[in-house]
Amino acid sequence: MSELTDTRAPAPSRAGRLPSLLRDTVTMSQRSVRLTMREIDGLLTALILPVLIMLVFVYLFGGAIRTPTEQYVDFVLPGVLLVCTGFVSALTATSVTRDMKEGIVDRFRSMGVAGGSLLTGHVVSSLVRCGCASALMLATAFLIGFRPTADAAGWIAAAGVLVMFVWALSWLAAVFGLLARTPEGASGFSFVIMFLPYASSGFVPVETMPGWVRGFAENQPVTPVIETLRALLHGAPAGADAAVAAAWCAGVTAVSVVLAAVLFRRRTA
Amino acid sequence: MDTAIDAVGLTKSYGAVRVLDGVDLAVRTGSVSALLGPNGAGKTTMVRILATLSPPDSGRAKVAGYDVERERGGVRRSISLTGQYAALDDLQSGAENLRMMAKLAGLGSRGARVRAAELLDRFDLAEAAGRRVGTYSGGMRRRLDIAAGLVGDPSVVFLDEPTTGLDVRSRQTMWSVISELARSGVTVLLTTQYLEEADRLADRVAVLDGGRIVAEGTPAELKQRVGGGRVDLTASGPAAFGRLRAALGPRALHADPAEHGLSVATDGTAAEVRRLLQQLDPECVLVERFAVHEASMDDVFISLTGGTAASDTDGLASRTGGTGGEVARV
Repeated sequence: MSELTDTRAPAPSRAGRLPSLLRDTVTMSQRSVRLTMREIDGLLTALILPVLIMLVFVYLFGGAIRTPTEQYVDFVLPGVLLVCTGFVSALTATSVTRDMKEGIVDRFRSMGVAGGSLLTGHVVSSLVRCGCASALMLATAFLIGFRPTADAAGWIAAAGVLVMFVWALSWLAAVFGLLARTPEGASGFSFVIMFLPYASSGFVPVETMPGWVRGFAENQPVTPVIETLRALLHGAPAGADAAVAAAWCAGVTAVSVVLAAVLFRRRTA
Repeated sequence: MDTAIDAVGLTKSYGAVRVLDGVDLAVRTGSVSALLGPNGAGKTTMVRILATLSPPDSGRAKVAGYDVERERGGVRRSISLTGQYAALDDLQSGAENLRMMAKLAGLGSRGARVRAAELLDRFDLAEAAGRRVGTYSGGMRRRLDIAAGLVGDPSVVFLDEPTTGLDVRSRQTMWSVISELARSGVTVLLTTQYLEEADRLADRVAVLDGGRIVAEGTPAELKQRVGGGRVDLTASGPAAFGRLRAALGPRALHADPAEHGLSVATDGTAAEVRRLLQQLDPECVLVERFAVHEASMDDVFISLTGGTAASDTDGLASRTGGTGGEVARV
């Protein structure tokens, strides 16, 4: 008799959990990409600002900066690329805060959607956003005389480095998004992140910096990423820089994912 | 199984504030129940615990046969929660929102499309389906929000203050949406601070105040508890008001010094009203006017919680059951 009157939904099966986690992550990624593409203000800033920064450096400051490359644009491109992708990744913080503040996170949770799926969706949309911004930036760079010497393998490797960097930074941004109480507060993270490439080997050779700044610039995570990109784009071996860059990105990602998991649980308790 | 929701001794504190102080609640499968209470009574906390979003400090609860702490997956597949704030993406269209929710509920692409179209139709949103939710009116958003909760065919639906902030017409539409939902056989638990809403929609009402259930029953039973009727007295002046108030003491359901008005529970019979006036005002000078009403949910609320009903303070819902009896000069 109990079978007839039991109206319970089918019991959860362990085997069914992983596919549903993947499916939810895909759905949440589609959502975040769609939202990001429709957020015209943020998208335009993310696309236009970095291009402007590049033009300012190449045409206003570049003439006065002596670099190992013949043209300043060849030297500065990896730096502006990281300013750009850094800024765009940091927008992840704002979207995460917004979701946490509004009722939608409760609905997702009451539907059994894991926090990991929601946050991964935001990080994936950050990758897509960065892809668009980088493409626009490279196209502009080519127009103003950027002439890399990399072969196909070099380009693929450079793209891989950039993806690693954006992935790590977007997870870090998600952590800030979970910490911030308002989207405005979360947007402050962009400025911290935008500053880092300036204090690196991205815009001027570090040898020109005073001692203590130089110490920071040589040992902060952005510098090895820039050096790796620069080497790859110019067909040179990236060597130890690539390993250091990969270690930084993996480390930042690992710490951020763990922090995000803890914070998500705490914020929604 | 005939209880869809069965909670025993739920407690929850946030810091030093005890939001729920031992709440028991049983909701019959297929019925509509209302958790009625003022702001801060613990209604939302109660719903969040039942919807597995927040664990209770002590006590236990089962929803659709699953334990809210140990069998969260089962509960989540059986319920839907519609909160006070529409949980939708403004930048997606109504159809996109519903398709997304349907996919999260486990439907495939085609199934999600079919389900979304069905729900848009049912909630009279087919015309607005392609528009971004940001352009929707408050009432349309709430309807879409409820629709979004139904994508996974839940057997228990939680509606947390479904009409708060809506205008009168949208509220009426919402009420018919909820009534129809109830007719479809799902169990509904709604929270509200509007007495009229509980009276209109719910089979049973639990009055929550200060983290405790202070009364429980059908709307009719609750009204019975305050005597089935109410006499509104208007005193002839401030002094008279003071004397009447003192004479009534705790029997006054409601006192309004500005208008010199006082309300007292009564069974509504002529004999009792005559006795009351005789006792309060033997010289026929204190009471200027009186009116007899059927008890409304407001009276129940006031007499049970000692507080002021929301409808009295924000004027959104008028007193119900106020079939004004005789108005007489004394």
